Amino acid sequence: MEDNQAQKFDVIVVGAGPAGVAAAVTAARGGARVLLVERSEIAGTKNMIGGAVFLSALKQIFPDSWEQAPIERYINKHTWSLLTDNSSVDISCDFPQNPKSASIFRSKFDSWLVECAKEEGVYFAPSTLVKKLIKKNGFFCGIETELERIEASVIILADGVNSLLARQYGLRYDYETKDTVLSIKETIKLSKELIEERFNIDKGSKNGAARNFLGGLKLENAPFALGFLYTYTDSISLGLGVNLEDLNRYKLNPSDLLEKLKEHPVVKPLIQDGEMLEYSAHLIPEGGYKKLPKLCENGVMLVGDAAGFVNAIHFEGTNFAFMSGKMAGETALLSLKIKDYSKKTLKIYEKKLKQSFILKDLKSYQNVMENLYSRTDSLMSYYPKKAAEFFEIFSGANCVPKRDEFRKLMVNFVKDRSIRELLKDIWAFVSSVFGVLK
Amino acid sequence: MSEENIKKNTIEDKLTTIKYNCDSESHLVLNKELCKNCESRCCTYICPAKVYTYDEDNNIINVDYENCLECGACRIACPLDAIDWQYPRAGCGVIYKQS
Repeated sequence: MEDNQAQKFDVIVVGAGPAGVAAAVTAARGGARVLLVERSEIAGTKNMIGGAVFLSALKQIFPDSWEQAPIERYINKHTWSLLTDNSSVDISCDFPQNPKSASIFRSKFDSWLVECAKEEGVYFAPSTLVKKLIKKNGFFCGIETELERIEASVIILADGVNSLLARQYGLRYDYETKDTVLSIKETIKLSKELIEERFNIDKGSKNGAARNFLGGLKLENAPFALGFLYTYTDSISLGLGVNLEDLNRYKLNPSDLLEKLKEHPVVKPLIQDGEMLEYSAHLIPEGGYKKLPKLCENGVMLVGDAAGFVNAIHFEGTNFAFMSGKMAGETALLSLKIKDYSKKTLKIYEKKLKQSFILKDLKSYQNVMENLYSRTDSLMSYYPKKAAEFFEIFSGANCVPKRDEFRKLMVNFVKDRSIRELLKDIWAFVSSVFGVLK
Repeated sequence: MSEENIKKNTIEDKLTTIKYNCDSESHLVLNKELCKNCESRCCTYICPAKVYTYDEDNNIINVDYENCLECGACRIACPLDAIDWQYPRAGCGVIYKQS
């Protein structure tokens, strides 16, 4: 920032996560004078991720240097498990030659992103908390930190899920509890050898695995929750995302829930003899398309989590962050070129989002989470139980005629609850699939 | 908490794994009047760091802001909107290293 009296930048980006960095480098590459501010001393140390970033988006932002990113393992193997209190039915896929994501620690990864941005000419201001935005004649045109005022033509808000600034200036309503997931996790130290053994990973390779767990929390009224596990080089993460409304409704503490998952007979052996390295928590905005904020106003744009860009079904968030950041950066460049920072010009950002997978996916998935959430009991308890019963017969060799066993299973499938519940499940499934495909 | 849970990792245990740079003043300020009449007190169980505890004798909520993970769950969950939730001052608060 030198001693430039005017302290005026072309673009100020608030928040140095994937969205903020993508916006900042994109603008800097086009010749803009960009300031990237971050409230933490070291980028990424306020952030938490379940485990992995998507490589396709990373490659698009850093096509030449992405391989130098501090990744832990390439996640090539995904397993989804339906858990009952004491069993697991799994489905798994493995692409050992073509991993799509990589596990990372945010402190290392985000710091690397920032270093890349600095190399490309972005001015970086760590330990800088933005308290207010400067607004003149209906245009956002700067930031007010704890210490100073800094002006810019365009402001990009990449300040994450809580985006206090977006709420402060009416760009966004607050999320409701039902649209918010609290994700907590523990990073657990395990030797490389144990990780390779437990997750069937090629010895000495950089490959890794991710697991997801539905159900298995040993609760009468199970909340809508999904367990996750990612492998790092010599540690793993085990965590749980729980709907906030359900935590409220059933008066549950998230950490207690995670303890239940850790005690599950299928999960316990995976983390056995591990040593907890770090506990962390973060919110996920899952309101999606229906809860989109104002994506731009005169002089300002919202990107990444601050804009609520998450597709929870596919765990997509970092890719939305990178790509929305890029689009906002491109739009900022365009507005600088024609010296028009009005909403009318910045709407190009919205147009880009609409033409891309970001708003297309958010739109087509807009009812999916609601549909699933409305069927919580089916997902968290009924189907895991029925799947377990099926495989107990299928692989049980119980010395009972199979016909009797299967018939009983089918009769119970219909009789265990009212047929209306089944119809509701089918409706939720069909409407979700139809919504995505139509 | 049941006996079984004592053997497990408690939140207090978990918090010892986290590095903080504590701010000298709280970034979380409760509206005490509203809290007095709160029926749910959901902050006391929803918070992953157990920042909020209920003092029954004085009918107040104590705030251990030093333990805050800055997730924002309490802010959204509070039914009375009684939490003035700010970020800690720049450079202060939680410092995740392996998350």
